[in-house]
Amino acid sequence: MEQVLDAPLKKTPLHARHRASGARMVPFGGWDMPVEYSGIVAEHLAVRERAGIFDVSHMGQIEIAGDAALEAVQRISCNDAAKLQIGQAHYSGLLTPQGTFIDDLLVYRLAKQHFLLVVNASHIQRDYDHIAEHIKPAGDAVAVDASSRYALIAVQGPRAQGVLQALTDIDLSAIKYYWFAHGEIASIRATVSRTGYTGEDGFEIFVPPQSADRLWLAILEAGRPVDLVPCGLGARDTLRLEAAMRLQGNDIDESTTALEADLNWIVGWKKADFIGAEALRAQKATGASRKLIGFEMIDRAIARPGHGVFLGNDQVGGVTSGTQTPYLKKAIGLAYVPTASAALDTEFDVDVRGRRARARVVPLPFYKRAK
Amino acid sequence: MAYPAGYKYTKDHEWIELNGDRGKVGITDYAQQQLGDVVFLELPEVGAKLTAGQSFGTIDSVKAVSELYAPVSGEVVDVNAALKQKPEAVNTEPHTSWMVVIKLANPTEASGLLDAAAYEAAIK
Repeated sequence: MEQVLDAPLKKTPLHARHRASGARMVPFGGWDMPVEYSGIVAEHLAVRERAGIFDVSHMGQIEIAGDAALEAVQRISCNDAAKLQIGQAHYSGLLTPQGTFIDDLLVYRLAKQHFLLVVNASHIQRDYDHIAEHIKPAGDAVAVDASSRYALIAVQGPRAQGVLQALTDIDLSAIKYYWFAHGEIASIRATVSRTGYTGEDGFEIFVPPQSADRLWLAILEAGRPVDLVPCGLGARDTLRLEAAMRLQGNDIDESTTALEADLNWIVGWKKADFIGAEALRAQKATGASRKLIGFEMIDRAIARPGHGVFLGNDQVGGVTSGTQTPYLKKAIGLAYVPTASAALDTEFDVDVRGRRARARVVPLPFYKRAK
Repeated sequence: MAYPAGYKYTKDHEWIELNGDRGKVGITDYAQQQLGDVVFLELPEVGAKLTAGQSFGTIDSVKAVSELYAPVSGEVVDVNAALKQKPEAVNTEPHTSWMVVIKLANPTEASGLLDAAAYEAAIK
């Protein structure tokens, strides 16, 4: 990561807009990104109650196309892409042969043999190299790093659909969760998907970079009546944690398998070979020895990533995400614990900077929106 | 937000409002802006002995935890229990949201701290 830190920070097409709007900027995954506009709590609550807009153009886009594109995606992505219809997307993992995460991603099926993968900002090059290397045996398929061709804007919250509908002829109500459509928004060519990283209803909009600022301003304007607010990565993180969505680099990485991360549902158990399949099948047969769980603090303290999880005097695991959540107003987190201690209501201690604080295993997600 | 002229400041962004050999201690407006929404405070007990520059507690914002550093050496003679129940006041009223009162071991020690003008220049 040192090389990334030493290199000049990359800028999204909305960088100047963030700066001009007074957002607090931080380096994130090699990018100069807004961490907050009006404050994490205010932005978080706006998304839960109204709507918020996020610049997520730092995310990477890798396209895979060719007569063997499906075969290629099936090999490098653990979920079963054959189940995707054209216009549909799903969550998946890019795994090592050990079944651990190189990255997590969304896979969009643009056409029968054309897929769009949306990957994490700091992993674009690694993911691309890994994919390009491993799809060779699949024959006629090519992977292209298309990240510079897309700006990505997320509009999230119960009022997101209403705000965007005023800007487009696409019937947004017809787009189901994890489906997408092509059309124009604010007269800008766009792909709109009903996805997000907040646990709220909402959309992610792919547009050409040169149109990003115009779309951003059009959405802010259309959102004015419902008090839509611009949001930064800080609120994005607290929102995703309430929704128990995993964060690559914290909750999942190359040391944790899809089973340990309790993401069995993104593993295409029935499909033929994929990278990591053998290891995952073996682990499934014997049972994973540890598991990612959600917890709530009982004592007044906030657990943070890296804090140890203790049963008695023994450190048995570690916290991977933790904060005081703005909406639920509780100190919550995700942690790896031994499978034997992963049952709901199991209590354990977290070492919060030298002080033991009691916590309890609770169901995930912490927050689930009313349908 | 203006930095009260009667306070002394540290480069770690604490302020101290002196009254004789005692001083109320809090964090500056600049510090609270850097932290973002404050949600939790961990403060010492009355009677704790503090050394200048050493941590006397922690402050959690939504995004991270930071140490609180003692601007002077001395003994904690009061702790703001009300603030622990309402930590968001650190964001809205940073310069009146005192955390502890320190009885200075050496009453002249605070003269070595920054005055408001010097602090404002330091954060420019």
